[in-house]
Amino acid sequence: MNRFQANIHGWLLLLPAAVLLVAFTHFPAVATLWQSFFSTGKPNRPAVFVGLENYRTLIEDDVFWQSLWNNVWYAVGTIPVSIALALVMALAVNRGLRGRAFLRMAYFTPTVLPMIAVANIWLFFFTPQYGLLEQATGLFGLPSHNWLGSPSTALVCVIAVAVWKEAGFFMIFYLAALQQIPPVYAEAAAVEGAGRWYYFRRIVFPLLMPTTLFVLVNAVINSFRLVDHIFVMTRGGPDNASSLVLFYLYEVGFKFWDTAYAAALTMVLLAALASIAIAQFALLEKRTHYR
Amino acid sequence: MTPIARGAWTVEALVTAGAWLLAILWVLPLAYAVWTAFHPGEYSTRFALDAPLTLQNFRNAWAAAPFARYFANTVALVTLVLAVQLVLGTLAGYAFARYEFAGRDIAFWLVLVQLMITPDILIVENYDTMSRLGLVDTVPAIGLPYMASAFGIFLLRQTFKTVPRELEEAARVEGASGLQILWKVYVPLAKPVYVAWGLVSVSFQWNNFLWPLVITNSVESRPLTVGLQVFSSTDQGIDWSIICAATLLTAAPLLVAFLIFQRQFVQSFMRAGIR
Repeated sequence: MNRFQANIHGWLLLLPAAVLLVAFTHFPAVATLWQSFFSTGKPNRPAVFVGLENYRTLIEDDVFWQSLWNNVWYAVGTIPVSIALALVMALAVNRGLRGRAFLRMAYFTPTVLPMIAVANIWLFFFTPQYGLLEQATGLFGLPSHNWLGSPSTALVCVIAVAVWKEAGFFMIFYLAALQQIPPVYAEAAAVEGAGRWYYFRRIVFPLLMPTTLFVLVNAVINSFRLVDHIFVMTRGGPDNASSLVLFYLYEVGFKFWDTAYAAALTMVLLAALASIAIAQFALLEKRTHYR
Repeated sequence: MTPIARGAWTVEALVTAGAWLLAILWVLPLAYAVWTAFHPGEYSTRFALDAPLTLQNFRNAWAAAPFARYFANTVALVTLVLAVQLVLGTLAGYAFARYEFAGRDIAFWLVLVQLMITPDILIVENYDTMSRLGLVDTVPAIGLPYMASAFGIFLLRQTFKTVPRELEEAARVEGASGLQILWKVYVPLAKPVYVAWGLVSVSFQWNNFLWPLVITNSVESRPLTVGLQVFSSTDQGIDWSIICAATLLTAAPLLVAFLIFQRQFVQSFMRAGIR
């Protein structure tokens, strides 16, 4: 096959996928930037160029800042806990503890369930008076508390559900990595008289580092994407206490139909994701763990 | 027992207990939903061993909303997306793995962009595109942004690269064309990867919510997830038993498949994650 043929064949094979990727990923990303410089068109008033006006609105918009901060706390609350739990789960399952099949099933089940469906279950868990949580705290004589209805706890509940949903998914990656560690390492450590904890800290954990980075990147991306349960549990409330950027973007774009402002909000998410991509590239450039 | 052995035993017992506690915590919400859905309403917060079992909640839920239609929509969506994804991913993965064409590396990087900037983020612009195409409120519109999957293309490229060149050359000597080689040599060898990707894709599309919520607005096109949300947010008089039954209905096919094919699911997600 000559070079010319290889070029034609290669591009022909790629073409169908490329068309769809450009149409629904690259084009909208660029179009969003373009649109964020215009006003939202109305039937009697077409969109006009407004420069940075939408971004000025953004900077002066308290709800946006609150959603962004909530998002930061959501990330801070979800990422370390779900990764730590994922590691614990993987170690437990990998160890061949009694009932290992049940453990694995229990940890992993949330991954295959629709977030929107499990949010309904969790909603009832947190419900005032009847909910399971209230019943449990009531047993200990603790005062009644409206978990989803108070600005101070709504976000925490949303975080708890996200951790529950994600930990088992991340466990899988650790499990895969653990199974690739040659058993001779453990034997050698045992011969040298190294304790379990020492072996984990000095050998297993460093070997898992690429996996941890991979999971971390996924967890960060998810902290911007995982908003389904908010639709059921709090709708961003009370008083925007549990609104995240993507949820706010949905409200602006599809409840208030302010598409130009929604474009500016999308740019914030795109910028965040792009910086993650760059950070990941810088961190992982030399590692070929999953490339 | 020596003191050291006894200490190790205690640690072991603690680890086992902790792992079990975590597991029970993790299944509790689902177990609770099952309890509520299969018992009459008055037992939804009362756990009595003699509570009578019933399927009435499922009947009520099924009658209260067009779940049959939602099921049909979701099945159509999942099948359509998977079929197109497999074909496009195979072709593109093959091109990246085995053809030296101009701009290949740049094209590959552009494909990987979708791993980071997923269609979930671009709902505003994609909605515009769909309305220009006149596709708003249709099942294909829900699937279109996901049909070219960077994840799948990447996965298959990695797999195809591990296929020995000799196999391809042997087929070429016998006069097979590029596409024939792909179909006869590469695809069969990548079977486990297809299964893995298929399971991941089906779970993702079945559970997807935000984009379907945005792009659909009628019973005719709504998938289960959106249907469930519409059903449970419109005034049901907060009948938890019925909402739990509807929730289980929505999740049931995936959940049952997962419980039966646990190993395959876990291994598929692992396989998809390692690369």
